[in-house]
Parts: sequence; C-alpha cells; structure tokens
Amino acid sequence: MRRKELFFWLTLTCGIVIVAYILLPLVELMTSSSIPALWESIHDKEVVRSIRLSVFSAGSAALISFLFGTPLAYLLARQDFRGKRLLEGIIDLPIVIPHPVVGIAILGISGKNHWIGRLLFDLGIRIMGSVTGIIVALTFVGIPFYIHSAKAGFMAVSPRLEKVSRSLGASMTGTFLRITFPLAWRSMLIGIIMCSARAISEFGAVVVIAYHPMTAPVLIYERFEAYGLKYSQPVAVWLVIVSLFLFLFLRILTTREAREK
Amino acid sequence: MIRTEELNIRLLDFSLRNVNLSVQENEFFVLMGPTGAGKTVILEAIAGLIQVDGGRIFIGEREITGQPSEKRGVGIVYQDHALFPHLDVMGNITYGLRYHGIEEKKGQTRLNELTQLLGIRHLLTRLPIHLSGGEKQRVALARALIVRPHVLLLDEPLSAIDPGFREEIRAAIKTLHQTTQTTFLMVTHDFGEALSLADRGAIIQQGEIAQTGAIQDLFHRPASMAVAEFVGMKNIFEARFENGAAHVGSLRVELGSPVNPGHRYLAIRPEDITIRRNSSPPERSNCFHAVVTSVAGQGFAYEVQLKCGELAVKTMVSKRAIVDLELREGATVFISIDTAAIHTF
Repeated sequence: MRRKELFFWLTLTCGIVIVAYILLPLVELMTSSSIPALWESIHDKEVVRSIRLSVFSAGSAALISFLFGTPLAYLLARQDFRGKRLLEGIIDLPIVIPHPVVGIAILGISGKNHWIGRLLFDLGIRIMGSVTGIIVALTFVGIPFYIHSAKAGFMAVSPRLEKVSRSLGASMTGTFLRITFPLAWRSMLIGIIMCSARAISEFGAVVVIAYHPMTAPVLIYERFEAYGLKYSQPVAVWLVIVSLFLFLFLRILTTREAREK
Repeated sequence: MIRTEELNIRLLDFSLRNVNLSVQENEFFVLMGPTGAGKTVILEAIAGLIQVDGGRIFIGEREITGQPSEKRGVGIVYQDHALFPHLDVMGNITYGLRYHGIEEKKGQTRLNELTQLLGIRHLLTRLPIHLSGGEKQRVALARALIVRPHVLLLDEPLSAIDPGFREEIRAAIKTLHQTTQTTFLMVTHDFGEALSLADRGAIIQQGEIAQTGAIQDLFHRPASMAVAEFVGMKNIFEARFENGAAHVGSLRVELGSPVNPGHRYLAIRPEDITIRRNSSPPERSNCFHAVVTSVAGQGFAYEVQLKCGELAVKTMVSKRAIVDLELREGATVFISIDTAAIHTF
C-alpha cells in the first residue's frame, strides 16, 4: 500500500479534533439527564409551554419570511438593477449584528418615543414582553436564511422555461405556479427549515424584547441561573431533540436534491 | 405578417438600433449574423420577453408592442429546448392548451397529429431527462405548435443537436412549416440551414440590419463588404469598371451585365471559380493563368489558394478534383469564372 503523506495525517487529525469538539459536549448533554428527569421535565408545564412557544414563534417567523421573502428572493434571482448589491447587503445584516443589539434596535422603534411604536400602540399591538415581539425578533434573525435559499432555488430555474411558458399563453402568476414553484419548492422548504432552525435557537434578541413569555432558550438560561446546570440540562435536551428533528429533515431534503441534480 | 418599425433596444452591454423587418405571412424567414449581433434579442422582443426601448412591432395589422407575451400568439423554440423538466413529454406538449380555450378532444387530436408527424408518440410518458437532443427538440416544436401560434420563433434550433440527427430535424421543421399556417422566423448561423429552409432572410451586424432579401441573394449578392465577408464571399477585390468589364489590378474581367456607377468592388464565391489543367488557355473569356500557393483540407472540401497576377484567389474543390488535377503547391493551372457568378457592389 502506498504510504500516506504527512498532509493526509494532518487533515485527518484536524478533522477528528473538530468532530470531537462538536460532538463531545452534545453527547455529554444528551446523556447527562436520566430518563426519569427527562420524563419529569416533559411533564413540567413551564417546559412544555416554552418549547411550544419556541416552535410556534419560530414557525411563524418562517411563515412570515416565506410570505414576504419569496417575492423579494424571486426579484433578486431574476432582475439586475442598480443598488442590488446594497440590497443584498442589507438583507444579510441580521446575520452579522450581535443578537442583543437586534433586540435593542427593535425596541427602539417599537417604543412610545417612535412614531411606529405609537402607531402599533394605537393598533393595540404590543412588542415588548409579548409573543408578537418574539416573532418580530425571530423573523429579523431568520429571514436572511430563507431569502438566500429561495433565491438560490429560483436562480437554478432557467429563465427560458418561464419565457417559454409565457409564450404558450400562461400569465406571470400561472408561470410561477406551474413552472417556477414546482422546480424551486425544495429550496424554498430548505429555506423555511433553515429560518426556523435559526429562529428556534435565538436567545439574545428574545431576552431583550421578551423575557416573558419564556421561549425554550430563555427558560434554559433562567433555570441555569436560578438552579444550576443539572436543572437546566433536561430542558436543553428537549430543545436539542426538536432542533435535531429539523436538522434531520433538512439533511434528507438536501441529499435528495443533490441526488436528483 | 411580422413587421418591426424602428425597433430600438438597449441592454447592459449591447444595443439594437432601428431594426426594420418585414416577414410575409406563412414565410420562412431567417436572421443571420455573427455571435452577439443581436439575433436572439430580436426574437425575444417579438415574443414580448424583453422590454423594447423604442419602435413598434406588428403581427398582421395588430400592434403588439406593449402586449404581454402570453397575448401575442407567438411561440418560441430555443436551441437548448427549454423543456419543463418536471413534466413528461405529454405534459410538456399540452402545457399551453388550457390557455387557448382548446377543448380536450380537439387538443387530443392535435397532440396525435403532431406527435405522429414528429415521430414522438412512443415518448409521451417519458421525462425530458431521458430524451436525446433530437427528441427534445421535436417535443419543443410540438409544444410550440400545438397552440397554433401565428408566428413561430426558432432560436438556432439545430445547433445543440448531434450532426447525425440534424438532417432529420431540419426535414421535420420544413414539413411543419409546409403543413401549418404558421409563419416561421429562425435565427441561425448555419448557411446550409438557411439555404435549405428559408425563403428570405436578413443579416444583422452589430445590432443593425445590414441586408434583407431573398436567401440566394444574400449569399450571392451581398450589398456591402461586411456582408460579403460574413456570407463567405472570400474573393473580394477593389475594381475599376469600364465598358462592361472590371479591371482588377492587371486583370480584365468580363461582366455579364451593366454595373451600377457607384460600385467599387467585385466579389466571387470560392465555389464559383473553376480550376482547369489545360496546357494552353482555352478560347473563352475570364480564363486566367494561376499558380497554386496552398491546398488546405476543410472537412470534406479543400480550399485551394492561387496567385493570379498580383491577386490572391481562393477556390473550394472536392478531394476528387485535388487528385484529378494534381493540385499541389507550385502547380500552374487556369482558373475560369462564369460571368453570372460575378457580383459587384
């Protein structure tokens, strides 16, 4: 057998170190809680409520991203216009801004000192300490992931297919529904999952906007602060399970997409 | 049938200027020109797939300039087929039926007719990914024609097809044109395709129409140096015209017909020059002594370059002629030019 070069051993070692670095804490976490402790925590109303709130608000953020992000993603995939790069940069901003800053920024415009805040107040919409506020924060941090993925999906659909569809008599909407959507839906779904996964793990922005009602990450933090590591671990395990479920779904979808291509 | 008036289109790195085209009803018209000349842009403008910056487009008497693509009755077939990958052949072909209010029974009849004509009946349940290039193009043609468009635009429909199948598709296109009422407008850069399919054509160079006319005239009677070079008129010489003859350097070439006073050039297609190997010049006009300077294979034909006086002349001959006439560098021959093949501009 040919002797492996030093470079091979170097890459192998680095790889093992990184995999261990990611897996060890997670395996430790997943095995830290006994089954009874997990059983008990899933019957804890507070825990269930927080996980349900996390899933609901992350799902809502993904839905909002889907509704508002899809037309924008399509525009970015199809049109070249002045200021496009700037617009793409703006969409990416939530990824680079520190999360507590996101929370503070949102509160800045939703307070009574700002006209938007006053308008929301008049409409009876409250941001601070509300589920609405949580969804606003999660949409803010999650939407770039949806737009990126949907845009890539639209770009992979040749504009010629749409042109041919139009020439055959289909309207713009008909073309989107019969050609573009069936060919790009998987990327859109991947975007929705990425957006939800990002949203469900958000802590910094949420804790600033709404400590209560508690999302799962905030509850984990609170239990850790108040009662210590042992008490926060079972809740963390459940959150990891929910996230892993999303992750698994994403992997199945992306591998199938790669195979089809 | 199709008429464009002063069509102007500005794209990021390209512009189309004052394009005036006129295609007759049920005609087969080709647009030719070098890559990047704007041929596809014209097609997409007629189909309403790109924005026009100025000018008007008519189909029949109806102005369609501002109309959305789906209302124009213009079909388009691209060189890469652009079949919908998620629909099977049947789904692709029948895609447009519902937008034209065509009843199911009528649609079925048309589907049968077209698939029969194009020989794709056995493919109806296949997905495009499992079709060959030729099959894909037949499906694309059927899909465009099933809705009976007024005009069918073909964007280099044969260029992405294996050479062996090109002939078949070319024949299919010809049959479709003859059996339907549709006007065909095709973009191509293949002269053989243009000559075998089209009635008339236009040559586009750098975003402008350089010449329009009967297809034979485009190749044999180019109106400018640029068109002459594009259509492969390899022998173009500056000439002085006097008393029914052209003086090219020291040669005197007899002309068959009077020359327009403004003409300055004489042009002859390489295949219109005949090489002879007689020992003495035959008693006929336009026969000149020449020396072979090079013989180069070009696929199935050979290009023979000769020195005739101070002129460099190019001819195309068959392999057989190379052997029979013993054409090799340095050989002395006679070349003769038929007066009917001489073009001036």
